[in-house]
Amino acid sequence: METRRLFLEAAAGAAAGMILTACGPKRLYEAPRDKLKARIAEMERKYKEEYGKQIKVSDQEPIPGVHFAYALDISRCIGCRRCVYACVAENNQSRDPQIHWIRVFEMEKEKGVDFSHGNPYYQPAEVPAEGHFYIPVGCQQCEDPPCTKVCPTGATWSEKDGIVVIDYDWCIGCRYCMAACPYGARHFNWTQPTIPEDEINPNTHYLGNRPRPKGVVEKCTFCIQRARQGRYPACVEVCPVGARKFGNLLDPDSEIRYIIEHKRVLVLKEELNTVPRFFYFYAT
Amino acid sequence: MQHENAVNSIRLFSGFTRGSVKLILRGNRAYWMWLAFLGVLIASGIAAYSAQVRIGLGLTAMRDQVSWGFYIGNFTFLVGVAAAAVVLVIPAYIYNWKPIREIVIYGELLAISAITMCLMFVLVDIGRPDRFWHLIPPFGLLNFPRSVLAWDVLVLNLYFLVNFVVVTHILFRAFHGKHYIKQLVVPMVLLSVPMAVGIHTVTAFLYNGLAARPYWNSSILAPQFLASAFCSGPAILLVVLQLLRRFTRFEIQDAAIWKIAELMAYAMFLNLFLHGAEAFKEFYSNTQHLLFTRYWYFGLGSHHTLVPYAWSAVALNLIAFALFISPRTRRNFILLNVGCLATYAGVYIEKGMGLIIPGLTPDTLGEIYEYYPTLTELRVAAGIFAVGFLLFTLMLKVAVPISLGEFMGRKEEELTVVKTPVLAGR
Amino acid sequence: MRRATAASAALVCGLATLGGLALLGADGIARPPSAPSTQERIEVPPPPFSDGIFPCSNCHSGMEVNRTRRELSDMHTDIVLKHDETHRWCLDCHDATNRDFLHLASGERVPFEESYRLCGQCHGEKYRDWRAGVHGRRTGNWNGAKGYLLCAHCHNPHQPRFHALAPKPAPRPPNRNISSK
Repeated sequence: METRRLFLEAAAGAAAGMILTACGPKRLYEAPRDKLKARIAEMERKYKEEYGKQIKVSDQEPIPGVHFAYALDISRCIGCRRCVYACVAENNQSRDPQIHWIRVFEMEKEKGVDFSHGNPYYQPAEVPAEGHFYIPVGCQQCEDPPCTKVCPTGATWSEKDGIVVIDYDWCIGCRYCMAACPYGARHFNWTQPTIPEDEINPNTHYLGNRPRPKGVVEKCTFCIQRARQGRYPACVEVCPVGARKFGNLLDPDSEIRYIIEHKRVLVLKEELNTVPRFFYFYAT
Repeated sequence: MQHENAVNSIRLFSGFTRGSVKLILRGNRAYWMWLAFLGVLIASGIAAYSAQVRIGLGLTAMRDQVSWGFYIGNFTFLVGVAAAAVVLVIPAYIYNWKPIREIVIYGELLAISAITMCLMFVLVDIGRPDRFWHLIPPFGLLNFPRSVLAWDVLVLNLYFLVNFVVVTHILFRAFHGKHYIKQLVVPMVLLSVPMAVGIHTVTAFLYNGLAARPYWNSSILAPQFLASAFCSGPAILLVVLQLLRRFTRFEIQDAAIWKIAELMAYAMFLNLFLHGAEAFKEFYSNTQHLLFTRYWYFGLGSHHTLVPYAWSAVALNLIAFALFISPRTRRNFILLNVGCLATYAGVYIEKGMGLIIPGLTPDTLGEIYEYYPTLTELRVAAGIFAVGFLLFTLMLKVAVPISLGEFMGRKEEELTVVKTPVLAGR
Repeated sequence: MRRATAASAALVCGLATLGGLALLGADGIARPPSAPSTQERIEVPPPPFSDGIFPCSNCHSGMEVNRTRRELSDMHTDIVLKHDETHRWCLDCHDATNRDFLHLASGERVPFEESYRLCGQCHGEKYRDWRAGVHGRRTGNWNGAKGYLLCAHCHNPHQPRFHALAPKPAPRPPNRNISSK
């Protein structure tokens, strides 16, 4: 009789304790700096073993007073996909299975921006193809991301500079975030990712482009390893027609602010209220 | 004094455990063949899952465009089965209908088996099963209350615990010739009613809350889940109870069986009505959101893998409803069992693949990737079902004799046969 | 002719020598504070001349000036003008008396390093956007000084329309069969 009561009390206590600690702070990225540095040193050592290359993993924090935003000129994009492959090279994406963080959709001018009629597999001899225009889509770095809301382990969150990041060592690969993302921006490592050794980019960020393991989710991070050093993301730099713009939303001088204030700007799936920080505009 | 009590309780409980093992280890040829069959499926499932762990989830047919599939479909269906125990509890305890009281425990055994299968399906679906502990506070971090999946983890485990405690208590007490303690059992059983509704509502909210998936982002999803759960769970139970009645001294009145079938008919009606309401909204409003429903029932362009399944589910559900709503067909045991199988199959299709795949096809940017499970997925799923059936079989093997009073423990562990069942309570 | 590759390399020099930009233009034109006013000269990499073509005065200093609009037959036959060619010809942009310079509609001479002023006469919106950093390819740093390229670094002034490019390969569609490893 007593043991039964004890057992029930213990069970009730454990259940209550579980629920209380469950609502605790997100301690992952509030880990003390020295612990993080130790973890990173271990990571770099493992990468050296696996890839035979000295890969630097930065843990650079957000720059204060910065909130990143991106703008893409639909009147200029010709669908050449150089951004796709620049991103693949810069961000150590798996070649086989193939992962692309940017997906370019060919649309018909007659139908306008309509994803039910978009085609990401176009391969004409030359672009732009007659009667078509192109919309690249990647992570929109939303202000109210549906993906971070649903993660059961808190492995993905929004950083102070607006970049939505993933801790690849905490993600359990449940893929709930992939179901939640309205833009198809998240990608999963269905098998062990492969990167040719000579193509590995050794300048990585802990939350960005460091080589990922199998079984976790990944996505565009606005080239966090570059952006936090003041540089443009790889896709912005490589675009041959200058369709991509990037900058600090809080800086009144930035190109981004100029675009929002002077150009016709739109966002995708606005009615879903995700408040994307990725704007599409017509510069002409 | 407390120490003595503790030692005594441990001795009593170990006696119960050893008695249970004795029961499990004795059986006829059919029993052992059944176990062997399940064992084969489990071995095959383990082999397939090992390959999946080694190579990755790429061995399934899931890809970025359709990132959830067969495993999650089965999970969703089985949560419904687990919730269905409540269909028995409500008439038994709330309406104090004695004929059903005896069988509440079997509903709970079903719930335990179903929840076990649910947890296993989640485990095989995640990309990093070695990181499962990330979900468990205080070692890990549970994103409660923002993530509905975190809610689901909590309520499913809690429901499992409630059922497990009630069942173990009842059998343990019966094994030692005592009645269960009403003050303990009845509140927990009554608690399991809102909990059952809760687990399936939370599971529905998992899908419901995603604005990115218009097929799921519909208010009627939670009621629809409950309606389909309340017909599919009892369907299995009715078949099992009839088998028990045939092969053991277990008794259950026909009236109880018919009553359950009648309740299932109402649940199926609600299920069909809600599906109809959904279809009306999609086809009449005729927005682009219709694409998902259209893919399920009619296919899109050259993509129509799921169409036969869609209409099979509709037909099976309608047949089941017709068979259960009329008392004449309901009381014919052949038609009753046909109806049970039809219900189970129909709900399995429309709530498993019929919920997950159309929700993800076309994907958020309009692409159509036709998903259907690979052999790996089928083998792993079969293995998990075999584990669930095995668990259910073993639990029944212990529960039935004990609840019939055919098997009791004494100080010297003698077997005693008692004529009156002790489970009915007072 | 696009000399984007050479331009990118030269851009580094442009960035390094770029001084502070005036924040507000006295002319009161709406622009972000850091964009240069119309009076301010913008540092750019060297113009993308073909090899050996500059300085033009090497050949033209001794020549007679013929302002008659005609099709050239002796030299520069490789240049096919497709830039409002129904209304304009070479000397509408190139200064007739000193070929080392271009000239604006007012007759004012501008060096090739300031050719953007010439383009900006007709393409005012593009010019304004270019000054704000919104038109044209962006390299360097988002929080550093802005680097500018000349219009001519991307657009061939004689045939400004971009040629179509061959697109990079399409992504592989999802396949339920993975390669065995």
